[in-house]
Amino acid sequence: MNKSLLVSTLLFVGSAMTAATAAPQAFDFTDPKGVNAIQFKLDSLLEPISGTASGVSGKVHYNPENPTETTGKIVVATQSALVSNAVMTEHMLGEQWLDAANNPEIVFELTSLSNTQTEGNNTTATATGKLTLKGITREISVPVRLSYLPGAFGKRINKPEVPGDLLVIRGEFSIARADFGIMPGQHEDKVNPEIALSLAIVGSPAQD
Amino acid sequence: MTAPIRTHASDATPTSGAPRKKILSLLRLLSAFCLVFGIVYWSGKGAHTGWSMNRVPVTQVDEITGIEFITYEDRFVPGIEWLGGAVGLAAVAFGLSFFFRTKKTHNP
Repeated sequence: MNKSLLVSTLLFVGSAMTAATAAPQAFDFTDPKGVNAIQFKLDSLLEPISGTASGVSGKVHYNPENPTETTGKIVVATQSALVSNAVMTEHMLGEQWLDAANNPEIVFELTSLSNTQTEGNNTTATATGKLTLKGITREISVPVRLSYLPGAFGKRINKPEVPGDLLVIRGEFSIARADFGIMPGQHEDKVNPEIALSLAIVGSPAQD
Repeated sequence: MTAPIRTHASDATPTSGAPRKKILSLLRLLSAFCLVFGIVYWSGKGAHTGWSMNRVPVTQVDEITGIEFITYEDRFVPGIEWLGGAVGLAAVAFGLSFFFRTKKTHNP
């Protein structure tokens, strides 16, 4: 009797410890379906300039049991940014604006996830990290919502038999282009100094 | 004494004013064409009042994640600067046509 009680207790303690120290899962944000993109928008003289940057990649390690452990990095290829007008796109990627030739990547490296509130599989939090844009790195804090979708990977790639979870990250924030050396203080009457950014990206199971 | 030779406008060389008239007509025709085509084409393509587009954004939704994402269709949509160019060209052609007006000569 004492032996079975001891074994049960040990099993219970063991499973509790396993749950508490569940390893974060790695998610790869290079989306095979090409959905991932960062949308940007800024007011200008004639109409708002809006476009997308679809060259998203990077890895995030997320623990659904303990979201504050989340770490990772999201990378966007600068050259992938485009707007509806080809001439405007060329100017935007040029030396005076994003300078894509010399700064091929825009990087956000997460340093901490705070103010987390989890409800079911959705977690809202404040993601603090270092944003590098046009060679300048600044620390920013972004409100984000993380949606963990267990078992949804196979369904998304039309292979339901393939196991795997998905992690969707959403967020909206603004940056000042002057903070990143993008024509600081110039043409503010024609191109708004604030750039509104919106991200909705999905990570698939990564192979570490 | 011989009588003075009277000349009539109809006796003038038939081709002297004709090239100018032709050019004037062509310029005004070009002006009208640019104006009409410009307005009709711009209106027909959606009367877009922003800048011209070479690619048109199309919003789609990823079924599993619910993410709204944008894809682009490669097609040209003329914008306000395109319309302005057509109207400007029409105005220039019409303005130039005034240099080719023929002067009417009257003889008693």
